This record gives sequence, structure tokens and C-alpha cells, in this order.
Amino acid sequence: MSYLIGKDMRGGYGGVDILNGCTIAVDKGQIAVVVGPNGAGKSTAMKALFGMLTLRKGSVTLDGRDITTMSPQDRVACDMAFVPQTNNVFAGMTVEENLEMGAYLRQDDFSGTMAEVFDLFPILKEKRRQFAGELSGGQRQQVAVGRALMTQPSVLMLDEPTAGVSPIVMDELFDRVIAIKETGIAVLIVEQNARQALEIADIGYVLVSGENRFTDTGEALMADPEVRQSFLGG
Amino acid sequence: MELLNTFALMSNYVFVPALAYGSQLALGALGITLVFGVLRFANFAHGDLMAFGTMGVVLMTYWLQAQGVSIDPLPTALLALPVGIALAVGVSLLIDRTVYRFYRRRRAAPVVYVVASVGVMYVLNGLTRFIIGPDDQRFTDGARFLISAGDFKRMTGLDEGITIKLTQALTVVVAVLMVAALFWFLQKTRTGKAMRAYSDNEDLALLSGISPDRVVAVTWVIAAVLATVAGTLYGLDKSFKPFVYFQLILPMFAAAIVGGIGQPIGAIVGAYIVAFSEVMLTYAYKRALMYMGPEGWGPDGLMQILSTEYKFAISFLILVFVLLVRPTGIFRGKVI
Repeated sequence: MSYLIGKDMRGGYGGVDILNGCTIAVDKGQIAVVVGPNGAGKSTAMKALFGMLTLRKGSVTLDGRDITTMSPQDRVACDMAFVPQTNNVFAGMTVEENLEMGAYLRQDDFSGTMAEVFDLFPILKEKRRQFAGELSGGQRQQVAVGRALMTQPSVLMLDEPTAGVSPIVMDELFDRVIAIKETGIAVLIVEQNARQALEIADIGYVLVSGENRFTDTGEALMADPEVRQSFLGG
Repeated sequence: MELLNTFALMSNYVFVPALAYGSQLALGALGITLVFGVLRFANFAHGDLMAFGTMGVVLMTYWLQAQGVSIDPLPTALLALPVGIALAVGVSLLIDRTVYRFYRRRRAAPVVYVVASVGVMYVLNGLTRFIIGPDDQRFTDGARFLISAGDFKRMTGLDEGITIKLTQALTVVVAVLMVAALFWFLQKTRTGKAMRAYSDNEDLALLSGISPDRVVAVTWVIAAVLATVAGTLYGLDKSFKPFVYFQLILPMFAAAIVGGIGQPIGAIVGAYIVAFSEVMLTYAYKRALMYMGPEGWGPDGLMQILSTEYKFAISFLILVFVLLVRPTGIFRGKVI
């Protein structure tokens, strides 16, 4: 049993289903990557796992506990953290305040966690008094991930974290994600940049039309000629 | 000497009154801007919330006066303020619970809230007039002047005096204290930061575990406190009349929008811009010009740009101008 499992998920935004029975699971200390063509339901699957989409069928379990009907806010309290693709920082607040807001639910002293985030993303320490809205795209993503880490989550979900950042920044960000995974967090990533993301994936899911097409380790998927041909551009 | 007399004259009739009026508007506009930032709608009922809270203060003041309680030279209304604030906070939370929460759960469009707030405005307006009546209420007591014109003339030997009413001085002092407290709250406290976060990015605030109900409730409490204090200061300075308070939403909205709605600092700057424009454009400059011109000369007319009856037109013009030229306002707020 994996730590977080979305099993046989079906549902959409009214009308036609976008998810047609896909299953996504991730364990602690593991990176799971969801890739697939546009409109495959990658982000929708992520939203469903976080409770931002009501499932018509299927279930979501966290550490064996059924959380299918739990609201996103309650999932935050259950140590799940989500980094949206866009608008993922408080633009009018400083970097430090962004991190503080990430720790909003914590009553204990979170200065240790903030120090850890600053160790992970040293540039943020330098820019902590600057408004998040004034930072570059890559730095904003770091703020966004840092904010999510402030709750000390056991599951970290990233929706296309590298959208709109340069290749160098992307590599750096993936490096950080590996470091995060190594602290024992379950990391789930939805990615457009499939090749680079699968390189760091312990487990990869290729979704097509809201269904699982291929599921294997990142390495195996990269080696699979069919996956390469259809989804990784040869 | 003539220049000093002109200066004294202008201070007396323009600077001091506009400063006091601007401070009253600022407190009101801050409430509007906070409600807009957090609840995302233009609250048309703000003027009547002000009237409702002030009504509480007026009635309590009358009661205290009847009991012979006094804090002379300060006005008794200061003692009555907590009662008015409690009343305004109570009614705000009640209205949120019964009206706005319903729309919030349905994630209604902002315009729906605006229309709902117009309804709330009529209800509050009617309630206030029903309880205290539509007439003018004068509830100012205590000392009248901090510096009277006579004192000033004796001190300086000028022909023109500067009068500073106690209520004007009180307005400025209280406004400064309130604004300082508000900014400290928004910048330094956990709840204040949560309010800013919610206003900045509602979805992300939810993902951070910030409870919308709590943020909304705190916002109403602050708006009600600011409205009641603003209304009381305005009433002390002038008088309390429900209809006048209803009309005050125009200059208050103009102030919030000129400064950039959603930006607290903008509301303050905007309030002074509106207040000074109103006072300066409706002031009769005849005497000031007489001092400036040669001895014995004077203009024939009053040299008044607009008659005081048109003072609301000024806020309206400023409002339209800003919305056309720079809809985000001076401090780049949201576009309404």
C-alpha cells in the first residue's frame, strides 16, 4: 500500500468526465511524475487528489485512511501540501511573509523549518524582505515550494513547477525536489517537460484521456520505445 | 504681515477644516477599502453602518449626560464610543451571517454582493431613522476650542485668527492613532498578515489553511470600528444626521478609489485629496485676495469656484476622472 493513493478516479467539471478511472499512487521518500499529452487530465488528477474536484467514482486514501470527501483545507491540516501552477505566491507580500503564511496553521515555533527552507533555497534568504511579486519566475517557484514546505508536509504536490522557467532553472528546481524527497516526503509532480521529469522519477505515470496508459519506473519509461515515440518526442 | 494674514485666513478656513474632514473620510475609506480587499465588493452600506454605529454613540451620550457623567473638557461621546462600536460590530457580523455568507458559499459574482449591500444600506438607513429619527442631533459637549480666534490674535498680533476646535484636534489625533494601530495590525500580527494574504490571493490562502470565515469576521469588526469612530468624529465636528452619513459614501468611495482600492495607504491619501479638493473649490477667496491686493482694493464677487451645495459633485468628478484616467488609483489598487 502506498502512502497516498488515488484509486480508479472518475470525474470532471460537470458534463463529460475528464478522469476515466486513472490510478495514481506515491510513497514517502518517492517522486511520482505524471506526464501525458495536453488534455490528458494530468492537472485534473492532481486536483482530484487534493480534493479540489469532486470524484464521481473512485477513492483517495492517505496512509490507509479514506479522505475522498475531505475538503482541501482539511487535507492541508493532514500534512498534504499543494503548489498550484499559477498564482502560487502572495505577490504583495514579502518572501518571509509568504513562508509565514505557509506555516499559518502551525502553533509551534516554525523558525527551524524556515531555516531549512532557506538552506534549500539560499536565494530566498537573500531576498526575504522583497515582495514575491518582484522576483523572477524561477525564484517565485522557489517561494511557492518553500511556502508549501512550511507546514512540514508528508506529501508535496507540484502542478507543473517548471512551466515558464529556463532550462537551467528547471534543472536546479528538480535538484531541489530530489533533496526534498530525500527528507522522506512523498512528492507528486505533474509535468509538461516529460523527459527531464521522468529522469528524477521513481515512478512515472503516462496518462492519456484520463486513463493510465503506461506505469513504470522513470527509467523504464524512458527506455520504452513506445513511450519515447509517442510522448517523449523520439 | 499681509502674507501672514492670508496664511492665517487660509489655515483657518481651508487647511484646518480640510485636515479634520480628510481624517474622518480616511477612517471611513479605510473600512471600504478593507472590505473590498477581503470580501471583494464595494460595500454601499458603509455610510449607513457609520450612521448606525454613531447613533449608538449619540444615544449613549445622551444617557450619560442625563446621568451627569462628564469628562470635561473632552466630549462625553468618547466615553460612549465603545457602546456604538459594539453595536456596529454586532450588526455587521449579523448582516454577514444572514446576508453575505449566503452569497459567499455560492461564490456569487461581486455585482451580486454590491446589490445585496444596497439592500443592506436601505435596511440600516431605515433602522437608524426609525430609532433616532431623521433630525439633526447635536451631542458635542466639553470645551469648544483648543485655540480660539481671539487667543490666536492676541498671541500673534495678526488681524486674522486661526481657530482650532477641540473636535478637530481630537479628530486628527484619534485618526493618527487608529491608522497607526491598523497598520501595525496588518503588518505585524498573524491575523493581520492572514487578512493581507487572503486579499492578495484567496485560493492560495485557502491552500495555506487560512480560514475565510475568520478573516471575513475580523474584517467586519475592523470596518465597523473604523466606521463608528469616523462617524462619531464627524458628528462631533459637525452634527449627526442620518441622511448626511448616507451621502458620505460618495466622498469615501472617491477617496478609496483615488488612492487605489484595496490599498489602505491609498485610502488615506485619497481621503485628503478629496477633502482638500472639496474645501478648496468651495471656499470663497474674496478676503484672501483682499489681503494680497493693494490697500482698499477687493474683488466684487465672492471669488468662489463652486457653491458649497455642489461639494458632492466634486467627489463625483474626481471619481469619474480617476476611473477614466487611472482606474487603479494612485497606489495601484484593484480595478473596481
